[in-house]
Amino acid sequence: MPTSPAPTDGHPVSSPHAPAGAFAEEIGRSVLTVKGLTTELRVEGGPIQAVKDVSFDLRAGETLGIVGESGCGKSMTALSIMGLLPRPIGKIVTGSIMLEDVGDLAQLPEARMKAVRGDDVSMIFQEPMTSLNPVFTVGFQICEAIQTHRPVGRTAARAKAVEMLDLVGIPLPELRFDSYPHQLSGGMRQRVMIAMALACEPKIMLADEPTTALDVTIQAQILNLMNRLKRETGTSILLITHDLGVIAKMAQRVLVMYAGVVVEEAPVRSLFGQPLHPYTVGLLKSMPSANRRSGPRQRLHTIQGVVPSLNALPRGCRYSDRCPDVHDRCRQAEPPLAAPDDAGDTATARKVRCWLHCKT
Amino acid sequence: MPPLLEVRGLRCHFPVGGDFLGRAPQSVKAVDGVDVSIFKGEALGLVGESGCGKTTMGRNVVRLDEPTEGEILFEGTNIANLREHELRRFRREIQIIFQNPMSSLNPRMTVGNMLMEPLRLHRIGDRAACQRRVQELLDLVGLKSEHRDRYPHEFSGGQRQRIGIARALALNPKLVVCDEPVSALDVSIQSQIINLLMDLQDELGLSYLFISHDLSIVEHMCDRVAVMYLGRIVEIAPTEDLYRRRLHPYTNALLSAVPVPDPTIESEEIILEGGVPSPIDPPPGCHFSTRCPFVTEACSAQTPELVERHPGHWVRCIRIDEIT
Ligand SMILES: Nc1ncnc2c1ncn2[C@@H]1O[C@H](COP(=O)(O)OP(=O)(O)OP(=O)(O)O)[C@@H](O)[C@H]1O
Ligand SMILES: Nc1ncnc2c1ncn2[C@@H]1O[C@H](COP(=O)(O)OP(=O)(O)OP(=O)(O)O)[C@@H](O)[C@H]1O
Ligand code: SF4
Ligand SMILES: [Mg+2]
Ligand SMILES: [Mg+2]
Repeated sequence: MPTSPAPTDGHPVSSPHAPAGAFAEEIGRSVLTVKGLTTELRVEGGPIQAVKDVSFDLRAGETLGIVGESGCGKSMTALSIMGLLPRPIGKIVTGSIMLEDVGDLAQLPEARMKAVRGDDVSMIFQEPMTSLNPVFTVGFQICEAIQTHRPVGRTAARAKAVEMLDLVGIPLPELRFDSYPHQLSGGMRQRVMIAMALACEPKIMLADEPTTALDVTIQAQILNLMNRLKRETGTSILLITHDLGVIAKMAQRVLVMYAGVVVEEAPVRSLFGQPLHPYTVGLLKSMPSANRRSGPRQRLHTIQGVVPSLNALPRGCRYSDRCPDVHDRCRQAEPPLAAPDDAGDTATARKVRCWLHCKT
Repeated sequence: MPPLLEVRGLRCHFPVGGDFLGRAPQSVKAVDGVDVSIFKGEALGLVGESGCGKTTMGRNVVRLDEPTEGEILFEGTNIANLREHELRRFRREIQIIFQNPMSSLNPRMTVGNMLMEPLRLHRIGDRAACQRRVQELLDLVGLKSEHRDRYPHEFSGGQRQRIGIARALALNPKLVVCDEPVSALDVSIQSQIINLLMDLQDELGLSYLFISHDLSIVEHMCDRVAVMYLGRIVEIAPTEDLYRRRLHPYTNALLSAVPVPDPTIESEEIILEGGVPSPIDPPPGCHFSTRCPFVTEACSAQTPELVERHPGHWVRCIRIDEIT
């Protein structure tokens, strides 16, 4: 904590943790239910299952975090939901993605999916430059997004676009309406993406590493913005990140993924307070901030080995070749994702994929 | 004891623009007056926003770029403007590790040959001695002898960074500039590499200029930390001191913005309004004045000096007495 007083005109903003606890308690209705999702990519050397048997639900007004290391299938999970898997190699092979009032997105023909995207579900990507068109003004692009989904005229679309730019905190929105993407900073472009994503008031926003490319001071602006907009519009957020700090700040519940599967699902406080899966335990222990108590310059906790490649997974549990708690059973069969049998009261809200916590 | 490295009044400006319409070329003031020292065996952290000049300063120190102005004293010799043949001796002593190990490794060379190359270039021993040294280096960074004949693409990200480290250490340097050495790596691999860097420092008595945007890694690794903003150091202090009583308004905002991986902690961020100004046309006076919550007219009228507020704790802000 700073020793100097918080500046009076520097907008100290407290994070919205008060509602976090409340959300975790309340069992909200589910707006998106993913069941048994398996997504295959046909790559050289045979198909790989980038996403394997992933199930979760996203509840009204919550932020669900997905955390995991590079290549564990976070983006492919989001792209499966959006119907934007890389073509022609990507394909959902099994599972359902039920969106409230719409139906199973996994079965929806592309024409209908087009209507869903940007209207019911929208996505923001890590690098806004790749998803903004450099030859059109940002205002034009937001208007286009609005007019694709809403029967409004040009003036109304323009008014809405300016309102959105204002909402995401872009100064002089009337003026910025006519800016081209390259004339904006990285943080401003990410705001434009958010403005565009929220223009049609979607039920769900998928945010894939929305702040990874940004500086921490700009990240703080964007994360606070997302929290504020979530409160104001009631949008549910699926937030993908590899940053456990961002998860702690933003999410009410968390999925931890490893090598294509969900290994743990828990309310955010339980996950950090009492992680169950040995991988989650190892990840949390490896953070420098977790080693603070042992003092500076002490050796950090490490997880031995590396993430296995998806076409050479170990037998049984996918974590078994790195797990410090590995035992015979782990190498024989893959554990199911199930409620832990040793987590007391918190067990009902959690799931874990590990034989240590699933004796049956 | 004199410092191993002393940087004085360092500036590095890159010319940009200048076009057929006759508009005058401008310059990016990437490093704009930096004074800093690194002592033997010390790890100095360098943090600050993207584009503030960290990499440029690192590249100046290893003399991949030539500074526009200022002195870089390495063990007392000014290497800032030495020509290539005069630099030769210093090339062995000052090395750099890059963020993206893949792009800095030659894809067509085996690991063995890659480690051998600097030894040959600097004519270190005969073939057998070189072979022994390569083996030593592999051991040092935790690679196996069978890795010697493999190519970079056959390794994981963490292993590639180990190769990069081994190569930097081949000539027994005294100072290693680490430019975001773990940013491209996953959390579980990051901690392995951080441990390796700390072990090597203890074993070999290395000094580091450790550039990173991850403030918790810097806190863990470094003895002192320098905070840079738009080409200038705004605060420098022993690590514990800096993290406990940060003085500069920018440092304060920066540290408060780091999300804490603990959901029970209510963070109180200081949200800075406005974007980072351009290093082509930095604000007059204090470079932070356009975003600073404490700005007054006087701030843009003069460039603040670095002053020592507590022993070893320097800060660049004219209002520091009033605001802390
Ligand atoms: N276009 C592609 N072609 C072939 N394989 C791919 C492609 N995109 C992703 N993959 C593979 O699919 C797996 C899952 O990738 P995905 O992008 O979902 O990971 P991620 O968890 O989002 O990782 P990151 O944190 O690096 O973004 C990885 O093994 C990856 O190599
Ligand atoms: N060769 C060059 N020519 C022109 N401008 C340059 C050159 N190299 C760097 N710059 C500019 O100098 C400034 C400082 O860049 P530098 O790479 O040192 O920043 P950095 O602090 O390392 O940023 P990051 O955290 O993104 O790596 C930037 O504005 C950059 O665009
Ligand atoms: S199932 Fe076994 S190997 Fe897998 S995480 Fe649990 S203890 Fe470790
Ligand atoms: Mg991804
Ligand atoms: Mg850099």
